[in-house]
Formats: sequence, structure tokens, C-alpha cells
Amino acid sequence: MAVMTMRDALNQALKEELARDPSVFLMGEEVAEYQGAYKVTRGLLEEFGPKRVIDTPITELGFAGLGVGAAMAGLRPIVEFMTFNFSILATDQIINSAAKMLYMSGGQFKIPIVFRGPGGSAYQVSSQHSQALESWYAYFPGLKVVMPSTPADAKGLLKSAIRDDDPVIFIEQERMYGMKGEVPEDKDFIIPLGVAEVKREGTDATIVARSLMVPTALKAAEELEKDGVSCEVIDPRTIRPLDIKAIVESVKKTNRVVIAEESHPFCGVAAEISAEINERAFDYLDAPVKRVSGADVPMPYAKNLERLAVPDVEQIVAAVREVSYL
Amino acid sequence: MSSQTTERREKANAPAGGAAGVLDAAATKERPARQESATQAEDRETLIKLFHQMVLIRRFEEKCAESYSLGKIGGFCHLYIGQEAVGVGSISAIREDDYVITSYREHGQAIAKGISPEAVMAELYGKAGGCSRGKGGSMHLFDKGVNFLGGHAIVGGQIPLATGVAFASKYEETDKVTLCFFGEAAVNQGAFHESLNMAQLWKLPCIYICENNQYGMGTSLARAMSLQNVAEKACAYEMTSEFVDGMDVMAMRQATQRAVKRAREECQPTLLEARTYRYMGHSMSDPGNYRTRAEIEKYQERDPIKIFTATLKEQNILSDKDISDIEAQVKEQVEGAVRFAEESPEPDPSELYTNIYANPLS
Repeated sequence: MAVMTMRDALNQALKEELARDPSVFLMGEEVAEYQGAYKVTRGLLEEFGPKRVIDTPITELGFAGLGVGAAMAGLRPIVEFMTFNFSILATDQIINSAAKMLYMSGGQFKIPIVFRGPGGSAYQVSSQHSQALESWYAYFPGLKVVMPSTPADAKGLLKSAIRDDDPVIFIEQERMYGMKGEVPEDKDFIIPLGVAEVKREGTDATIVARSLMVPTALKAAEELEKDGVSCEVIDPRTIRPLDIKAIVESVKKTNRVVIAEESHPFCGVAAEISAEINERAFDYLDAPVKRVSGADVPMPYAKNLERLAVPDVEQIVAAVREVSYL
Repeated sequence: MSSQTTERREKANAPAGGAAGVLDAAATKERPARQESATQAEDRETLIKLFHQMVLIRRFEEKCAESYSLGKIGGFCHLYIGQEAVGVGSISAIREDDYVITSYREHGQAIAKGISPEAVMAELYGKAGGCSRGKGGSMHLFDKGVNFLGGHAIVGGQIPLATGVAFASKYEETDKVTLCFFGEAAVNQGAFHESLNMAQLWKLPCIYICENNQYGMGTSLARAMSLQNVAEKACAYEMTSEFVDGMDVMAMRQATQRAVKRAREECQPTLLEARTYRYMGHSMSDPGNYRTRAEIEKYQERDPIKIFTATLKEQNILSDKDISDIEAQVKEQVEGAVRFAEESPEPDPSELYTNIYANPLS
């Protein structure tokens, strides 16, 4: 095991998979000569050359579609969006082409492609650069959606995503690129898609958290431990397919659940998880399911307003206390 | 607008230099003079195959209209009648292992690329024997076995896909080329411009064929496009382009052959603008109130099958008996396709939940 940042763990996953399979290539804005807008692709051009690490024009719809077409013809593209905010321009190709191709061709054309890049809030980049779009993509059958919360998960899940035969939306968190953790260096280290992980065991309440909300929830759990409340923190890691069984198992044990997310609450992933829990474990609940979501507003620029818009430790602590009737 | 600007606009909207007069010719009974010399360079078998395919597609589409009105075919159904020369001529210029990807008006191109009329008709009927196993329908015909990469139903959506298929051919160092068909309305989409830019920037072996049938659904070209000469738009990307008479199957074949040579040997893309006309509505539900009967009849005088028949007869390649024999064969093919579609079972209900993921997880 080596200690490294999430940025370097992602870089290692890309490097290993590019080396492993010649049909894998990487394209996106500034991924090659500039070494990546967030340096996730640092050194890859030098190692794999311009044929396989490709700088694109700023033409998101075009290069997303080009990637899907290349996948139809047998390649395994990794398409980087400088941020997922820009993927909005490419949604026609992601949703109408990638997600539906296998189905509408009656099983003939699989689309093994990864769309990856940072998403969610950053620091004072305002409304158009701070969006958490996972609920959009998770809505569509045909897409898989992955959101890692540790460097090890980032590496293992990205390698799985690249080896997967379906289109995968892989959302990294902009604020987490510098986060450090232990990462296995085995070239065959992978984490299967669709498997949740309990990040902290507990008995009194479950906190379901993903991406940036995982470290936030873990801090909240520490705070609550001081008051004698034992929290279990569970990270689905893959939003679609969702490991609802693992979440339900945890809820059956603790009987109380808080779902934390950065995204807007309306039609969000937490709303879906809440519905699933109500359908599958209603009789086990000692309190209504509680959501902690990002504010239902476009992201503001001002530092104090931005802080109010992103869920924090205090909000999660308050939510757990609420479902615990404390 | 200054008079100078007006003049420039008028000039730009005239047909491209190399094919001057084609647009006007479309309004006359004239047969293209070049078609005769073009046929002389071909063997009889090829010419008969082109003729047979055009007649097959015409009769197939007529049968589709009939089946649609009987409620056998559902949803949207866009017919190719009038445009047969574009698909048949251009697809005749590529190899079996080359790729074709296109829009939702694709029955004819699917047949020309080698999908059987049976499998196409069964798909339109929503049957398990369809080329997409009944899951795609009229707008989503696919056959991996003949490298037919689909009908795509978002206007222009197939253009970036085609660019990616061509990218893969270059990446894998094969000499396969990709033909990408789209209507002229797709040229107004960003996808067209983004794709042509990348294709020329990276020198991808893709041949973009704009089937300019002059209407995007009910909106005429003049009401939708500031510069109506599609071929000329290629200059924005320094791409080679040609204006082609889309009613002349030999012109389509030869222009595509030139483009294929550029793609295969020099890895260069090409934009072809095929000026053509569709006789039927945009889809089966379109009454066509935006144009006159007289306009349609004007173009029908220069029907691609009619003029090709005249050329082949004049050159003693086809006799009246040959023509009636081919019509009889085609009739049997189309009836066979309908029979196959009728007899093919509906998809099993379990098919609802198959093919969503190649690697399904729990």
C-alpha cells in the first residue's frame, strides 16, 4: 500500500489500464499537453503518446459522440470532461446514443466508454461550475454512475469502469483531488461496480453518504460518538446500479437513517434512496427518513453563501439527532 | 444589406461551380448527359444490380406505406421514395467491410448495405425476426454483420458517431471508410460543425453525405438556412466537398468513389451534397401542405429510376423483358419480406429487460 492523493490514484488507474489494453484511449480538453486541467492525466501523453492521449477542441457534444462512435467500432474510450458541468452540452450523445445503443440495436452494439471528470461544488466557482449532476445520469437505464469517496475507491472503481462493457459516468469531486489515503498498488486491484461499502460501523443510526459527503459524514459520526450516538456510515459508491440491499441491511440494524448529498434535493438520488427504504424497510424505521441535501438554489459565489449551500458536519449531526429524537 | 452583400449571398446560394446547372436541371425532364458515359465504364452486372436495388427500395417503401395504413407498422415511418439514387449509388462505391451510419430515413440504405428486406420489414412490424429484434423499429435499424451502424433519430446525432467510427478505423490502422448520411436540416445542428472540424483536424476517413431533399420536415431550405449551398460549408473546415446530382445514381457512385479513394489512400474526409427530393411526406403522418402537387410532379419528371431506365435501355443494357423480369423478382422479394414479417413472432415479453446492459449487475 502506498499513501497517495485521489488525483494520483486516478492517474495510476488510467496509466495501468492504458498499459493493459491497447484499445483504451483517453481524450478531452487539455488532457495531453497541458497535463490535465486538474492534473489527473499528468504524464500520460509522455508515456502513451498523442495517438492514445488526445487533446480535443472545446467541442463537448462532438467529442462525446466521437467517443461513442469509436466504442461502436470496438475501442474503449475514456472521455474526460474538464468538469461535468460541461457534459451538459454532450447529453444528447450520452443519453440518446450511449445509453440506448445496446437496447435499440437488439443487443448488437455495446458501448464500453467512461465519461469522467470532476463534479459537485468547488471553491467559489459560482452557479455554472458547481453542479452535482448524478441524479440526471442515474435516471437513465443503460448508464452506470460511479462516485468514489477515497483514493483507493477512486482507483479500484475507475479500473472497473474502464473494463466494463457499458457506458459509465464517473464523477470525481473537485474538492477531493488532494485528499490522501492508502491505495493498493497491485495492477489487478479493482473494486466491482454496484457494491456499497460500510465506511464506519455503528448501531444507532445509518448515514448514507457518497463522494464529498462521506468524509463529512465520518466527521459527523465522530462528533455524535461523543454524545454516545453510534453511527454507521455507508457509501453506495455506485449510484446506478445501487446496492440498495446493503443500505436496507444497515437500516434494519439501526432503525434510523439520514441520507446526505451535495446535490439539490428535488428529484435527487437521496429522494430515490428514501423511496426504496420506505418500500423495503418501512417496518424497521423508528423515525422518518431524513435527507440532508445541497440548498435548492443555483450555487452562489460569495464565500459565506456558498458555505450555506453545501451540507456540512453540523447539518448532518443535527439530522441524526433529529431522527434519534435527541 | 448592401448590394454587394446581396450579390455575394445570391452567388453563394447558387449551385457549386463544378455542378452548375444541376439545380435548374432538376426542374426539367433532362437526363444527365454524363450518366451515359458513366454507364459505359461499368460492367452490365453492376448496372443491373444498381437498377435492381433502386427498384427494390422503391417497391419496398410503397409496401411500407400500405402496411402502415393497415396498422401493421407503427410509430414514425419515413420513406425514401425519390431518394433511392443517393443511397444505392454511394453504397455501391464502398466495400462490404466499410461502415454505414445514417438517420431515421434509412430503410433504403439498410437494404443497399445488405440487410435483407425480410429483416428490415420484420423490424418495422416490431417482430423478433427484425434486424434489431423488434426493439428499434423503423428509425433504428442495425446489423453488425454488415457494418450497418444504425438509423439514429435525433437530427444530426449520427454525425459525431460516424466521426468516431472513422476515428476507430484510423486508430486501428485499417483502411475501412465510413459513410455518414444525414438530411440538409442536420447541417444546422452544432453536431455537424463540431464533427467536420474534428474530422478534418485529425484527418479521419469519413464521407459525409448530405441528402439535400430541400425540406426539413415542413420547412423549406430557404426558410431554414442562411447559406443554402451545403457543399460550400466544407470550406470552413478546409474539407474537400462536391455537389452531386442526387437523382443520378451514377453521379452518386462516381462522386463517392472519388471520396472513398481520398479516405482510403490519404485518410481525408469529404463532404458530398446530394441534391435530391422526397416524394412522400416527411413521415407517414405528414399531409404535405407546405408544397404543391405541381412541385412534386416537376421533380418526378426527373425520377432517378426513370432516368436510369432510359439510359440503360438506350445503351441496350436492359430490354423491356429484363425490366419486367426484375420487377417480378422484386415483387416476390417484397412479398417474401411481408410474409416473413407477418410470420415472425413478437419479441418474448422477457425481452423487455434484456440488452439494457452488456454487463448487467444485480
